[in-house]
Amino acid sequence: MRLRRRDFLLTTAAILGGSHIALADSISGSLPWEPDAGIPPERIKLGSWLYFTSEEARTVEALADRIIPPDPATPGGKDAGCAVYLDRQLAGPYGSQHGLYVKPPFLKGLKQQGPQTEDGPAQVYRKGLAALNRYSSQGQDGKVFAELTGERQDEILKGLESGKLQLPEADGQAFFEALLKDIQQGFFADPIYGGNRDMVAWRMIGFPGARYNYRDWVNRHNERYPLPPVGITGRPEWTPKKS
Amino acid sequence: MSRKLPHKDVVIVGFGWVGSIMAQELTDEGLEVIAIERGPWRDTATDYPPTYDQDELRYRIRHELFLRPDQTTFTFRNKMNQTALPIRTWGAFMPPNGVGGGGVHWNAETWRFLPSDFVLKTHLTERYGADFLPSDMTIQDWGVTYEELEPHYDRFEYLCGTSGTAGNLQGQIQEGGNPFEGPRSRPYPNPAQPQPFSHTLFGKAARELGYKPFPQPSGNMSQAYTNPLGVRLGPCTYCGFCEWFGCGNYSKASPQTTILPVLIRKSNFTVRDNSEVVRINLDPSGKTAAGVTFVDTSGEEWEQPADIVIVSAYAIFNAQLMLLSGIGKPYDPLTGEGVMGRNFTHQTISDAVGFFDNTKFNFNPFIASGSIGMCIDEFNGDNFDHGPHGFVGGGYMGQVQSNGRPIETTPVPSGTPRWGAEWKAAVRDNYLSSVKPGTGVHGSFYSYRDVYLDLDPIYKDRFNRPLMRMTIDFHDNELKQNAFLTDRFAEIIQAMGAKKVDKEYRQGPYDITKYQTTHLCGGVIMGTDPRTSAVNRYLQSWDVPNLFVVGASAFPQNAGYNPTGTVAALAYWAAAAIREQYLKNPGVLIHA
Repeated sequence: MRLRRRDFLLTTAAILGGSHIALADSISGSLPWEPDAGIPPERIKLGSWLYFTSEEARTVEALADRIIPPDPATPGGKDAGCAVYLDRQLAGPYGSQHGLYVKPPFLKGLKQQGPQTEDGPAQVYRKGLAALNRYSSQGQDGKVFAELTGERQDEILKGLESGKLQLPEADGQAFFEALLKDIQQGFFADPIYGGNRDMVAWRMIGFPGARYNYRDWVNRHNERYPLPPVGITGRPEWTPKKS
Repeated sequence: MSRKLPHKDVVIVGFGWVGSIMAQELTDEGLEVIAIERGPWRDTATDYPPTYDQDELRYRIRHELFLRPDQTTFTFRNKMNQTALPIRTWGAFMPPNGVGGGGVHWNAETWRFLPSDFVLKTHLTERYGADFLPSDMTIQDWGVTYEELEPHYDRFEYLCGTSGTAGNLQGQIQEGGNPFEGPRSRPYPNPAQPQPFSHTLFGKAARELGYKPFPQPSGNMSQAYTNPLGVRLGPCTYCGFCEWFGCGNYSKASPQTTILPVLIRKSNFTVRDNSEVVRINLDPSGKTAAGVTFVDTSGEEWEQPADIVIVSAYAIFNAQLMLLSGIGKPYDPLTGEGVMGRNFTHQTISDAVGFFDNTKFNFNPFIASGSIGMCIDEFNGDNFDHGPHGFVGGGYMGQVQSNGRPIETTPVPSGTPRWGAEWKAAVRDNYLSSVKPGTGVHGSFYSYRDVYLDLDPIYKDRFNRPLMRMTIDFHDNELKQNAFLTDRFAEIIQAMGAKKVDKEYRQGPYDITKYQTTHLCGGVIMGTDPRTSAVNRYLQSWDVPNLFVVGASAFPQNAGYNPTGTVAALAYWAAAAIREQYLKNPGVLIHA
């Protein structure tokens, strides 16, 4: 007897992005078909932090606003929800390296051999954020990172980026590279994941989102596409706010 | 202890394009066929329905449809004197997983190799002399010719509904097509796809520079199509979510949209999913395959006896299964002896990114299909005189940009900071007015004595089997080729009217974190001599005649094109050999 695929998947992969492992099966006679067998993405729920402590979250919000600063037309990383995005990602399969090859030994390799560290992203952030605040509060600044001026924050980030600034007990450059990638990915990903709130990033660049059909447009050269973006779950104005 | 399943005529290992084609052909012959696939069943409704398949984070960044490295991965090093380390997360390539294999999430760029590609060693030696080739280059002729494969290329293109413009119809050069291609027996089944603005502009600039641009052959439908099996595909919507994604619209040729609806209804066919073949079993003579052993998701081991074994997984897994089963002599790079793992190759990809005045150019980069684009073939294979250049090989090049998905495709001019206000403004100002082809220069990767596959001595997979070890680096020949091609490509992007062009040359050492293509080739190569090839010209094992190893694993070296068209043509070619020759008289098809 075949366990219904959907039931099985829901028990094994509650969070998207994880490995969807179904049971082995023998298929013949007709295409396997069940209604509602797909696994739609789940929109993140706003509310308390799932992975970050409040101090970590405050630091990440400050970092997000330096990587993507607000300007008059488009919010910065913080208000676009990049810290929320990262929090939910770290609490999920991404944070724990789900599906990746994590067998030892962890030997130091050449750059072109790719990352060889035991720590997954969740640990990289835990250690990196703590080290960053330790550096700024115990060093010349005397304050945690989020309390520094934007100018000083940028200086520290540039130091991490170039490798000139070493953090105590953490690989500052690896931490910076993870942060840069994740914050920018959160900014541009579909808003269901918590960043790109109200599709601000897509509006900024003119990406129409999950539009699905441009057959009428493929031959319209050098014309600005006129329609606003839509996400996988539509647009905020399509969903009446609950009072 | 493994449990024994009822005997079948044929067992197929890996159920992607090759497995599906072989199953379709051999069930037509009346054989009882079972296919065994490591990954899950996949289909539009379950895995990539149009309601949510346009999710860049899920499918592109988090690799939803791909193999997970914890299932199995590879180790990698550049040189034989280094320690290979495991690929812990995918980078340079992305192995597929599940029914349909890479056919689910490819771009559907459906090329044929050049006639000279199949007789490469002979051709280059005759034209330039043996001394022109690097001494450690191990290129070979294939043992099969373009003329022999032509009917099989044709069958695949008609199966897929490939959209394109013929350049050579039975020897007559056709306006608007690729004049360098080998003669084709009839036109493409569908007209070429219409081209968006930047792709059209590239074609115009190339023409003005004296080249002969043509639309890239595409497995995305330019119109509704019913294939010879009666399976129907819908017209492509240019949604810009093609490679890495399944098509929610039944517009991209895949086993699911071309073969499976017919195949699965046949009473003499079964597929087992989520089941991994762990070895090919030999009978006591060691010269006949008895079947295969596989493990299912509960950890249960099963033995599937069969008269014919077809190995049709991803190239590098074909080589691994042969080595783990002890079939064929492992290749030794020091002596050059042995065949299994020999002539491992990849691709030499680079790009040039063009930035245009955003008050004059609006490209709407999000309007694209997977194999959209205008290309030129003047610098592929031996289409130009290599004499003055000091290298061999080449590739097609083109504006083949398949998307404007913002995580991947928000280019900024070189010199822009990677973050902060200046970066943000540059992203905003360039998104609609830049050209980022991605794989703009699609170069060949020829084979070398010290680029090969073997079993890793340290790292193991989840079944405690050794991982495959890749020893691979770029050689000067490929780097010279790439520098020359990238410069020619950048000239065309410049001629489109770009205000700035950033050249992104491919540079050594080979880097496992930088994506090129998933076109890993070789390891179980075909040829005419059992000392230098693992399978004969019919993809039949020299050592075990009821075993056929079909796929890009058979390429003696990789040409400057996407491999799927040639992989599928080889599958039809091998299937025809089994149907027309082997079944009448099972045994060795070629006596060496």
